[in-house]
Amino acid sequence: MTNMLQVRDLHVTFVTPDRTVHAVNGVSFDLARGETLGILGESGSGKSVTLRSILRLHPEHRTRWSGSIKLEGDEILDMAPRALSDLRGQRVSMIFQEPATAFDPVFTIGQQIAETVRRHTGKSETESMKRAKDLLEMVRIPSPAQRLKAYPHEMSGGMRQRAMIALALSCNPTLLLADEPTTALDATVQIQVLLLIRELQREFNLGVIFVTHDIGVAVEVSDRIGVMYAGKLVEMAPVERMVDAPQHPYSRGLLASTVHDGMRGQRLESIPGAPPDLAEVPSGCSFAPRCKFVRPDCTTAVPALRDIEAAHAVRCVLAA
Amino acid sequence: MDTLLPIQDRGGPAQPLLLATGLRKHFPVAGGLFGRTTKVVRAVDDLSLSVAKGETLGVVGESGCGKSTVARLLIRLLKPDKGTMVLDGDPVDEPHGITVNELRRQVQMVFQDSYASLNPRLTIAETLAFAPRAHGLPAAEARERVRDLLSKVGLDPANYATRYPHELSGGQRQRVNIARALALRPRLIILDEAVSALDKSVEAQVLNMLVDLKTELDLTYVFISHDLNVVQYLSDRVLVMYLGKIVELGPVEAIYGNPQHPYTRALLSARPSMDPRKRTHEAPIQGDPPNPIDPPSGCRFRTRCPFAEDVCARVEPPLADAQFQAVACHMRVAGSGHSKAMAA
Amino acid sequence: MALQSPSLDVGGAILVKPTPASAGRGYWQSVGRRLRRDPVTLICAAILILLVLASIAAPYLYLADPYKTSMLRRLYPLGSPNHWLGTDELGRDMFARLIYGGRLSLFMGVTPVVCALLIGGSLGILAGFVGGKTNMAIMRIMDVFYAFPSVLLAISLSGAMGAGTENTLLSLTLVFIPPICRVSESVTTQVRGFDFVDAAKASGASAFTIVRVHVLGNVLGPILVYATSLISVAIILAAGLSFLGLGVKPPEPEWGLMLNTLRQAIYVNPVLAALPGVMIFITSICFNLMSDGLRAAMDVKA
Repeated sequence: MTNMLQVRDLHVTFVTPDRTVHAVNGVSFDLARGETLGILGESGSGKSVTLRSILRLHPEHRTRWSGSIKLEGDEILDMAPRALSDLRGQRVSMIFQEPATAFDPVFTIGQQIAETVRRHTGKSETESMKRAKDLLEMVRIPSPAQRLKAYPHEMSGGMRQRAMIALALSCNPTLLLADEPTTALDATVQIQVLLLIRELQREFNLGVIFVTHDIGVAVEVSDRIGVMYAGKLVEMAPVERMVDAPQHPYSRGLLASTVHDGMRGQRLESIPGAPPDLAEVPSGCSFAPRCKFVRPDCTTAVPALRDIEAAHAVRCVLAA
Repeated sequence: MDTLLPIQDRGGPAQPLLLATGLRKHFPVAGGLFGRTTKVVRAVDDLSLSVAKGETLGVVGESGCGKSTVARLLIRLLKPDKGTMVLDGDPVDEPHGITVNELRRQVQMVFQDSYASLNPRLTIAETLAFAPRAHGLPAAEARERVRDLLSKVGLDPANYATRYPHELSGGQRQRVNIARALALRPRLIILDEAVSALDKSVEAQVLNMLVDLKTELDLTYVFISHDLNVVQYLSDRVLVMYLGKIVELGPVEAIYGNPQHPYTRALLSARPSMDPRKRTHEAPIQGDPPNPIDPPSGCRFRTRCPFAEDVCARVEPPLADAQFQAVACHMRVAGSGHSKAMAA
Repeated sequence: MALQSPSLDVGGAILVKPTPASAGRGYWQSVGRRLRRDPVTLICAAILILLVLASIAAPYLYLADPYKTSMLRRLYPLGSPNHWLGTDELGRDMFARLIYGGRLSLFMGVTPVVCALLIGGSLGILAGFVGGKTNMAIMRIMDVFYAFPSVLLAISLSGAMGAGTENTLLSLTLVFIPPICRVSESVTTQVRGFDFVDAAKASGASAFTIVRVHVLGNVLGPILVYATSLISVAIILAAGLSFLGLGVKPPEPEWGLMLNTLRQAIYVNPVLAALPGVMIFITSICFNLMSDGLRAAMDVKA
């Protein structure tokens, strides 16, 4: 497997007159073609910011970046607007939590998918519409020919989410970014969409980065899982390894505090306190104030993300 | 007014704390030029439940199943179109019963959105003192109660009383919301998706706190959530709803260990696996829940049910007692006409 | 004043007040902080304060008599000795008349808006909070008034009731009730939908207490911002009515009326004839910009 995406030491800072937010503080990872990386984190951990940086979706005038994001050798952070718009949609696509915002309410689903196909490939109108129908079939929307004529509000949440996946895959991207795409869906629909993403990923050999706060969801789709906390990756491991033997105290706490079968009557293990304010760059381990294994050297320097074995990296002074 | 002491138990432990019978709530959907109502959302239809003293009744279901409407009906933020409620032996809002305001002293609610449920212009102390003051508690006593409430939910009164909601994290705000629900010393608290918006590590803190408060203050909970794992963790009995109807109701062990209704089974097996070696390979049911406007005839689940037959479209299955739980499915009713049902 | 009180008292008694040491930042404090960083709004506010102060203190400012006419000194140009803003068509000192004119013009601008705020605001909050049929009844009546253009409505009301300050005030008040009512209704409906209002209802508090504690604090801000923007409209409408002879009667100094009487001088001394218009322009633009600034400063959650 070759690495298609390389993120190196990414920093993202948002600057507004009121405050500065250091949202991402040095994130590095690789993604291979055909691999699914789950990024797990709580709100404010920087997981979505990291994901959106790959498409440079943040408002340019109040975002400061440093580091490098290379897709198949091309540096995304240096791209000119023209190259950037070719990148978006053609090589990299994104699906969001709320499909309603991805579609324009005044056009039908078919018109919108066909329009995207036409813009990126220059196909004729009838050809694009045919492609749109094939795409809806591909995401397993029943009676696709009729659904082409439906407006977004006429579809249920699950159908809209499928349609958004169809739209995202309309130009054969190689990398799919998913930002909590199943969070707003009902349980019985969520599993359908997760399975669909997994199948399509295999079928088209896509690289997928799947951002979620739900461990169960991450386990269902990911090959590797990265755990983010306060703008940093604190642990990265193959999914089995992450579930069986998480090393970072935060990952451990997160897994232990997630309620699942058979915990009834037990006291839940919880992480005390709340995530830190990101107004300043931390000088030590960001998790130290909440960590029960904290040592004096935790606060003196930011621990490095070290490989403790093949493909398993941990950012903790205690990890061996 | 009294000084808001806890209300004493009346009917003894065997009498249900809250008994709701035949609750129905339909919402008209305004349409047409002059706002004529053309359609109705059948949010809750003929729903009966009882909440025993000291138990936690979990209510699960997907969006549009009417679980939030149930919450609002139980505390009478919505007036039911039909049905009666009895609180510890007293009929609610009836000639010889208690008033809605008396109900609300004993039944309180915690909402999902911790931000929208706190007035942004009031400090935490002002928010917490509002209900006791409105019930005539003198200012000094109200201040004392605010301090007490904050300590109960694990927030240092000296540090948090004068803060505003936007200065608190989501978990802290939800603690304040729980404190507010406790302010009138109620007996029953309805938790409507109260932990759903919280991060997992914070959710665990709040769940632990809810368990502690329940024992300490002798509370009864109605815990409404879409998260099956959390409901399983907290509840003694579980009620499963689908499109405004109860499909299954029973002890938590029976519902999770031996689900009888095809919908309950689907819901349970739709949970993401926590083990990467045992991933889900097939979705238990296809499609989305239908719109609660014009729900399917007969059994409302039949459009997604793998076992649906003619009888399911014609006859509405009653909520009938099965082994340990009550189930609304023709397959469990002897002689219903379903091929999988036992003969009468 | 409602604007300055960061904490509402509950049930009549003052609760724990924020102490300076560990106090949280209230909403109005952060609004104030934002306003202090907005030079345009600050300048506009300063100009308006200056105008108001000058109008109030006019009799003590050693100004020339604004009523004293002189056939000899008619239409002196700007910069004349003793009359540095010139004199009007009857030889009265322009500077004095502009300052004295501000008294009436500002009064005519602010009073109807305040009256309309009290009446329209209450009606709107009532309609928004109660909803249902009450809302329908109040809002449909307002829609009827709303259907007339405001200028036309003011002119026809003033025309029907006759010229004069009181009638102008009354007709302007009537003109402003519907828009303020509409804005109040829509913000109240919005606030009513928040869970904290439901939580307050669930606590068994009376509707009046809920409105006082939970609704007012959240709706007053936007309503006041809107009302501020109406003051400039009121000044222009009042001036317009005076110009048409339906408002203030001569010889009272009032900007609209002055504009009317000076219009004969437009070919002789156009700059002089434009001066009352300049005052109307400055005042109304200041009110508008200040209202925009307030809106921007208040458009924050925290």
